[in-house]
Amino acid sequence: MATMRLEIVTAERLVYAEDVELLVAPGIEGELGILPHHAPLLTVLQPGELRVRKDGQDQFMAISGGFLEVLGNKATVLADACEHATEIDMERAQRAVERVQEQLKQHLPTVQLEQALASLRRAQTRIKVAGRRRERPGAPPSH
Amino acid sequence: MPSLRQIRRRIRSVNNTAKVTKAMEMVAAAKMRRTQQAVLAGRPYATRILELLGHLAAQPHPEEEVHPLLQRRPVQRIEVVHIAPDRGLCGGLPGNLNRLLGRFILDQQVPVGAVAIGKKGRDFLVRTGREMRAVFPHPGDRPAVADITSVVRLVTDDFVSGHADVVYLVYTQFVSTTVQRPVLQQLLPVQPVELPPAAAVGYIYEPDPYVVLGALLPRYVEMELYHALLEANASEQSARMVAMRNATENAKDLVQDLTLLANKVRQESITKELLDIIGGALSLQH
Repeated sequence: MATMRLEIVTAERLVYAEDVELLVAPGIEGELGILPHHAPLLTVLQPGELRVRKDGQDQFMAISGGFLEVLGNKATVLADACEHATEIDMERAQRAVERVQEQLKQHLPTVQLEQALASLRRAQTRIKVAGRRRERPGAPPSH
Repeated sequence: MPSLRQIRRRIRSVNNTAKVTKAMEMVAAAKMRRTQQAVLAGRPYATRILELLGHLAAQPHPEEEVHPLLQRRPVQRIEVVHIAPDRGLCGGLPGNLNRLLGRFILDQQVPVGAVAIGKKGRDFLVRTGREMRAVFPHPGDRPAVADITSVVRLVTDDFVSGHADVVYLVYTQFVSTTVQRPVLQQLLPVQPVELPPAAAVGYIYEPDPYVVLGALLPRYVEMELYHALLEANASEQSARMVAMRNATENAKDLVQDLTLLANKVRQESITKELLDIIGGALSLQH
C-alpha cells in the first residue's frame, strides 16, 4: 500500500516520524483525511483527535491545536502539544476536567475563562483519545 | 612566613571549596546535557515554522491588510526582553550579556523599556536605573512553552497597542560547550525570511492564507522566545560547568603549592629544633 512520510513535531520534541497510509486531522473547518500523494496543503488545526493508519492499524493521538502542512508526499504536523494515546494519563486528565469545572462555577474574568475552557477542551480530548485505546486495542482497519 | 598550622588549615579549606566546585561542575554537566538536547529537540519545529512563515509571506496579499504583528512603524519606543540566568557562578556570561544590553540602551535615541527574565538581568537593570516594563521569574532549566505565554502576551499586546514600536530579544546563544555568544535579535515586527518565488508552490490554504498567517504569527513569536530560552539555558549550564571546572583545577593547584610550602616549613622547624638540641648537648659537654 502507498505510504507517505508523517512527522509530528512540537516545540519541545519530535513526537512521531513514520511512513503512514492515512492521516485524519481535526482541521479548523472540520475533519480532513490525507492520503499519500495529496496536493500541497496548509491548514490550521483545532484541538482534537489525530488518527494515523500504519500497516493497517489505527493509532490515536490527542492534539491541542497546531498546523498541518502537506508537501511532496510528506505531511508535517506542527502541534502545540501532542500525546500518543498510550501516553495519556487518564486520571490526570479526569482530575483536570474536575478542576476546571470547579473553576467554572465561580465568576471568572474573560481571559481566565478562555484559559479554563481551553484546558477543559484539551482534557476532554485526552480522555476521548485514551478511551479509544481501550475500546479497540490494535483494531483491524475499519474499511 | 605563616605557621605550619595556619597552612594546614588553609589546605583543608581549599580542599573543601574544591569539593563544592567539583559537585557544582557535575550538576552543571548533567543539566548541560539535558538543556543541549532540549535545544536540538526544538530545532525541527523552529525550522519548519520559519519555512511556513516564509511561504505565507511570499503569498500576495492586499497592502492594507498587513497583519498587526508584521506592521513596521517609525520607532518611538523600544522594548527589550532580556533573558539572563537566576544564579551566578557561571563565569562571564551574565556580565557579557548585561554589557551588550547596557550598550544597546545607551546607544538609543528613544526610550527603551526592559522586560527582565531572570534575576541577574533584573538586578543589573535595577542597579543601573533602567526603565523596567516587567519582571518575570526564570522558568528554570526544564521550561515548557506554557511558562512563557505571559511574556509573549505582554510584548505582543505592547506592540499591537503601540506601546512599543519594535521589540528586541537579548539572550545568550549556545554555540558550543566553551563558546556562548550574547545576541540581540528583533522579535517584533516579525521579519519573515525572503524566499525565492519558486519556493512558493501552489498550496491549498484552509480556510485562506490570511487566516493561516494570523494563526501562525503568534505561535511563531512564542516559539522564537521559547527557543531563545532554551539556548540561554544551555549556555548557562555550559558556562557554569566550564567555570566550575576551572575553579576545581585552580583549587587543586593551590593545594599543591600549599602542600609544598607546608613541607618546607615543617622541615625548617625540624632543622631548627635539631640545631637547638645539638647546641644544647654541645654546651653541656663543655
